[in-house]
Amino acid sequence: MIRKTIFAGFGGQGVLMMGYIYAHAVMNEGYHVTYLPSYGVEVRGGTANCTVAVSDEEIASPIASEPDYLVVMNKPSLYTYQNRLAPQGSIFLNSSIIDTKPTRKDVNIHDVPVGDMAGKLGNPRVQNIVMMGSFIKKTGLITPESFMKGLKQILGEKKKSAMEINRKAFAAGYELEI
Amino acid sequence: MQGNRVIGEAAIRAGCRFYAGYPITPQNELTEYMADNMRRTKDGTFIQAESEIAAINMVLGAAAAGARAMTSSSSPGISLKQEGISSLAADELPAVIVNIMRGGPGLGNILPSQGDYFQATRGGGHGDYRTIVLAPASVQELADLTMDAFDLADRYRNPVLILADGMMGQMSEPVEFSEPAPRQYPECYVLNGRGKGKSKFIRGLILDAIRMEEHNWKLYRKYQVITQKEVRFETFWTDDAEILIVAYGTAARIAKGAIKRSREMGIPVGLIRPITLWPFPMEVIRSFAERVDNFLVFEMNTGQMVEDVQLALGGIGKVQFYGRPGGVIPTPAELAKVIAHHARKK
Repeated sequence: MIRKTIFAGFGGQGVLMMGYIYAHAVMNEGYHVTYLPSYGVEVRGGTANCTVAVSDEEIASPIASEPDYLVVMNKPSLYTYQNRLAPQGSIFLNSSIIDTKPTRKDVNIHDVPVGDMAGKLGNPRVQNIVMMGSFIKKTGLITPESFMKGLKQILGEKKKSAMEINRKAFAAGYELEI
Repeated sequence: MQGNRVIGEAAIRAGCRFYAGYPITPQNELTEYMADNMRRTKDGTFIQAESEIAAINMVLGAAAAGARAMTSSSSPGISLKQEGISSLAADELPAVIVNIMRGGPGLGNILPSQGDYFQATRGGGHGDYRTIVLAPASVQELADLTMDAFDLADRYRNPVLILADGMMGQMSEPVEFSEPAPRQYPECYVLNGRGKGKSKFIRGLILDAIRMEEHNWKLYRKYQVITQKEVRFETFWTDDAEILIVAYGTAARIAKGAIKRSREMGIPVGLIRPITLWPFPMEVIRSFAERVDNFLVFEMNTGQMVEDVQLALGGIGKVQFYGRPGGVIPTPAELAKVIAHHARKK
């Protein structure tokens, strides 16, 4: 079994954080995992992306030429990556700001209005965690508990209120029917 | 944990107490990590130098003073450091140099590449010398080999190069740090004051031809010992292999993925992965040639290590090459196609 996911969006949307927490959580579950961020010629406000590969055996390449899952937080990312997605793969898209439909017809599409949902929670910064709630539920590779454990490890010593709002955000995404 | 940071953590745990560096992508997180974490140690020094050349010469100074010292850079910056590496070899000083390779020649790009094999394994700077070259293929191995690099540098009083690429540096994987062995090194060379003994000198300028020749033969004998004792490699699925891939670092990882695919299609293919690029596992490759006559060298360049494989085989067997230079990272599927093509031709 190997599952590769590309997370992509604007810098500042917490795209790298999504991948990094996910990678930590699956590591805790005993899987082999690689996390590869985009690096170098990126600029503030530009695009950011990372790839997470999860497998029950050694991972040859951390790069996803044909990812199983695609998490897109903005429109340019949808255009850039949708054609790479494996047939029968899944796109999780931020339907709060992506107003077009993917052109791919052979994949599963999950609209998650993360901007609206995070807004309702009173903190637009947790959009990424809302998205991860939906992502973890649909992909089913790890439990919500192990994701939250990974999140806690990454947030570390940050104050408790940060954990609280993130827990709410994750639950909102997880409970959403998509 | 990210590869670049893992190198930094392993170095500090191994007792590295002097680091000098100058920023360059894709190894910046290593310099950053040392800036943040050297202060954890009570006696460590971090310096962001004014240039790569300054950094390597600071490392030379720290090594002469008895510190475990390290610098790091990426391809163009490593070229700048060669004068200092040559001096370290001439002066017989221990130091660790990390090269997180990127596309070249020139400034090239910032993507993973293996274009610096020749430079790394042939000394790199001027003069008749070698550096020990370690080529990790996972983040765990980055940790283990960084610790080993300091021990090897001390054991042979010689610079040791860790040769990885942008993918190894940028990628995060799970890692466990082992307990480093206590440092063992002959303190006789360390410039810490002569006390009641004789004055100490470290010098690479030896104007007398006979004495310079003696020094060269002395270094040569040391390199012979290293060649006999320090060769490291891994074999993967070689027992019944009829085709053998030779690849190192990132390319070896990709090769493993390709081999699994090829095996599923019934192609008997295996891998020899050199872990030390110098000393190169010549004997190992030659011994396989008694049974296998079909070798495929795979590198992320236009063909460098392939020359060492040809040297090892000395004309026995068929050696083919597949490479992607310039920062392109081939997929396991792509390499599996090359293997299938290769198997049919045979």
